[in-house]
Amino acid sequence: MERHFVLESDVELTKADFTSDQMVKWCPGCGDHAILSSLLNVFPKTHHKKENICMVSGIGCSSRIPYYVDTYGFHGIHGRACAIASGVKLANPSLSVWINMGDGDSMAIGGNHLIHIVRRNLDVNITIFNNQIYGLTKGQYSPTTKFGQITKTSPYGTIDYPFNPAELIMGAQGTFYARALDVNPKLTTDIMLQAAEHYGTSVVEVLQNCVIFNDKTHAAITDREVRDDKTILLEHGKPMIFGKNRDKGIRFNGTSLEVVTLGENGITEKDLLVHDETTEDTGIHMMLAQMKGDFPVAIGVIRSVKKGVYTQMFEEQMEEVKAASKYKCVDDLLNSGDTWEI
Amino acid sequence: MSNSQVIKKDDLVVRFAGDSGDGMQLSGTLFSDASALTGNDIATFPDYPAEIRAPHNTIAGVSGFQVHVGSHIYSSGDKCDILVAMNPASFKSNLKWAKKGATIIVDIDTFTDEAIEKAGYTSDPFTEELMVAYTIVKAPISSFTKKIGQERGVDNKTADKCRNMFALGIIFYLTNKTLDHTFAYLERKFAKKPAVIELNKAVLTEGYEYADKLELIHSKIVEVAQADMPKGRYRNITGNVATAWGLLAAAERAGLKLFLGSYPITPATDVMIELAKHKALGAKVFQAEDEIAGICSAIGASYAGAMACTSTSGPGLSLKSEALGLAVMTELPLVVVDVQRGGPSTGLPTKTEQSDLNQALFGRNGEAPCIVVAASSSANCFYWAYNAAKLALEHMTPVILLTDGYLGNGTQLFRIPKVADLPAINPPIAKANDPDYMPYRRNPETLVRQWAIPGTEGLRHRIGGLEKEDGKGSVSTDPENHRKMVYNRQEKVNRVANYIPEQEVMGNPDADLLVIGWGGTAGALTLAVEEMNNEGKKVAYTHFNYIMPLPKNTEDILKKYKKIVVCELNCGQFVNYLRMNFPQYPMHQYNKVMGLPFEVSELKEMFNKILGE
Repeated sequence: MERHFVLESDVELTKADFTSDQMVKWCPGCGDHAILSSLLNVFPKTHHKKENICMVSGIGCSSRIPYYVDTYGFHGIHGRACAIASGVKLANPSLSVWINMGDGDSMAIGGNHLIHIVRRNLDVNITIFNNQIYGLTKGQYSPTTKFGQITKTSPYGTIDYPFNPAELIMGAQGTFYARALDVNPKLTTDIMLQAAEHYGTSVVEVLQNCVIFNDKTHAAITDREVRDDKTILLEHGKPMIFGKNRDKGIRFNGTSLEVVTLGENGITEKDLLVHDETTEDTGIHMMLAQMKGDFPVAIGVIRSVKKGVYTQMFEEQMEEVKAASKYKCVDDLLNSGDTWEI
Repeated sequence: MSNSQVIKKDDLVVRFAGDSGDGMQLSGTLFSDASALTGNDIATFPDYPAEIRAPHNTIAGVSGFQVHVGSHIYSSGDKCDILVAMNPASFKSNLKWAKKGATIIVDIDTFTDEAIEKAGYTSDPFTEELMVAYTIVKAPISSFTKKIGQERGVDNKTADKCRNMFALGIIFYLTNKTLDHTFAYLERKFAKKPAVIELNKAVLTEGYEYADKLELIHSKIVEVAQADMPKGRYRNITGNVATAWGLLAAAERAGLKLFLGSYPITPATDVMIELAKHKALGAKVFQAEDEIAGICSAIGASYAGAMACTSTSGPGLSLKSEALGLAVMTELPLVVVDVQRGGPSTGLPTKTEQSDLNQALFGRNGEAPCIVVAASSSANCFYWAYNAAKLALEHMTPVILLTDGYLGNGTQLFRIPKVADLPAINPPIAKANDPDYMPYRRNPETLVRQWAIPGTEGLRHRIGGLEKEDGKGSVSTDPENHRKMVYNRQEKVNRVANYIPEQEVMGNPDADLLVIGWGGTAGALTLAVEEMNNEGKKVAYTHFNYIMPLPKNTEDILKKYKKIVVCELNCGQFVNYLRMNFPQYPMHQYNKVMGLPFEVSELKEMFNKILGE
């Protein structure tokens, strides 16, 4: 049975209640502004007390976010947000813990912590701001930079194959993975709320633009003119339809996915895949998350499955052991086993 | 006991050596437990290889366990009075640890041509010279044990596992002890396997009776004096368990949950293993994915209001350096236990050294002072862990507790305290809705900031690794503010000296020589100084547990003595720290970097040399 430890607010809160007095110091036009706004919109909807929300970040532009939210917050060191947040949540399960990281922070220096927090399924919410570049250090390639891209540290083009974050999350048996776009704040807010409601580790990858060092990196799929044809919003229980004219779809053909046009060769909605975010097997979710090139890029909640949550098992194991133990205090332990008087 | 004469002695050292897997650690532990339960003071030290099971019958695979019993024991002893060697390799590699004239028990059945050669001998190991210098008992341990097994229908392989009991039986005879305690242990341990109990008891008894029939050793039976110690309830404890229990006691006394974020590493893992058992006492143990996650999770837990700790050894402390700086910057309480081992790099994982001192004092980027304290005996690891936690919580700063492999794995008698009698721990927790709360507002006397625990109403705040504005705690790059904050953090740690006891001097106060030690070498140094003074030499001794900050009277002590020698198991890290702080006082140094503790004999020789100069 699910046990939620986070305390709820007895008053209705608004976006303004969560906005801090600190000046936001991101570049004008940076995608981070939209993501912050989405987060501030989500918090009132979670009904958590302000005091029971804790933002944890690493290092990078996105990691400044704790300063801009009027809750408890911890600005950590590069790559370690997941590890710090694990301690926060385990020490104090009544906190709703939100981790914010960039692509370098979460998948280069912090890659190990990311896969392990996901593997354990701690009840925390992770947002990865993926702009495919190191922004705060001014433009070096990251683990998600496109192959061959010229950056300051790859003047002749990168020869690093990039990570698709979804593959890491699913490889680590993640229970929740969604992809959002900074240019669609309404969708981002909606996805973040689903992430907050997910019991376990939720990971939301936001495709975010770095206006200075990697401008338009996602433009080929996020620009208004192409977005409907180049992305597909996956919604649980709905057939996979996309396109400006809502006339394209995804279906299975043998062992792989295929883009089809409705009405062509007798294809109807019934031939299309219906999204099931709850399938335990990661196979189809992985295929959907990997779509690119001739396929539309999947956005929305791609995977949301139920699984035992570390935080709860941690607490319950302590309760069970305590109930059965002969040790009620440290004095009992000190005097246990072989002791004698001198 | 037949017509044997029993020799009374103040102390006795017994060393058990054999192939890894011969059960030498268990024999040693059972002998030390039985000795403690029959009223002796004890100290033990295991000496095992880094490999779990190195090739059979090789020197690399030899595992040892030394037990020192007597009336008042400071250390596990230099050389042994009785050596048990279960195969040729252990005989060869441990002979150097036997005193001249020692009694040596060997399992003669294992001395086959092949095994003798594998141990590196080119001729008969038992030279005439050796047979004269020592009392060597060639006991047919394997064949006796097999025979007992066969009588009970037990296969040879199973019976072979009881060989250590035969050897232990001989030792009990030689030390004039009964088998009762070990019988009781076997009955507890194998409660569901009566056949195993009977087999082990039979082998143990056979060893004892074998010794009784052996005229050769009847003049060697020793009865060790009873412990001469303060009255109280005692138990046997290893340094690592004592460390874990000290942390548990501190959390209970402070009214906080204990959180340990840690990663397995020799020789510190036992701290985590012990705490993982005690969920009933509120210990939250998180085995992290690496050393960095170990300390970072602890920092997160500390921010969230737990008494947070991480345990490690040298290589792990290196990995934790950056995060330690974060704990310094965020001024959060944190206990870092470093059970030191031989370095650098992987070094000597199972051997002891004191070479992480520089790393503990200085191993971080920026001006990043931490409190550094060191335990000096296996048993007092309990108090130093408790003390480290108290200092961290009350002064809102990371504290590095240095122990070492010798203390951590060694055992000692521990006088059991009552938790209520331990000093109170009062962390500066901020009160809900305090209108004056600011993250970096300081207590003017201690310079300690308040601890506002997430979840508390009206204290929402953000902290992190960026430099913070004095008081308010917003991010600040102001030059004057940075200067002020650097000095605040340093001065906060310096002022801890106002809350710690003065450094004490033992031995002869009018001495010609002051001996200085720190950390895990106290046993050998205390005994060496005591013996020197008994021999009419004038030697004083001071042992440091508080390293950063140093006790306030440190200089008063240094200036009183003409000659000073600082002894440590590294190349001179503490002596150089003292020289840095007190350059006006010349100091000798005595260093050992062999992965081994000091021996009393080498210390005395060196003290005499300095006195004679």
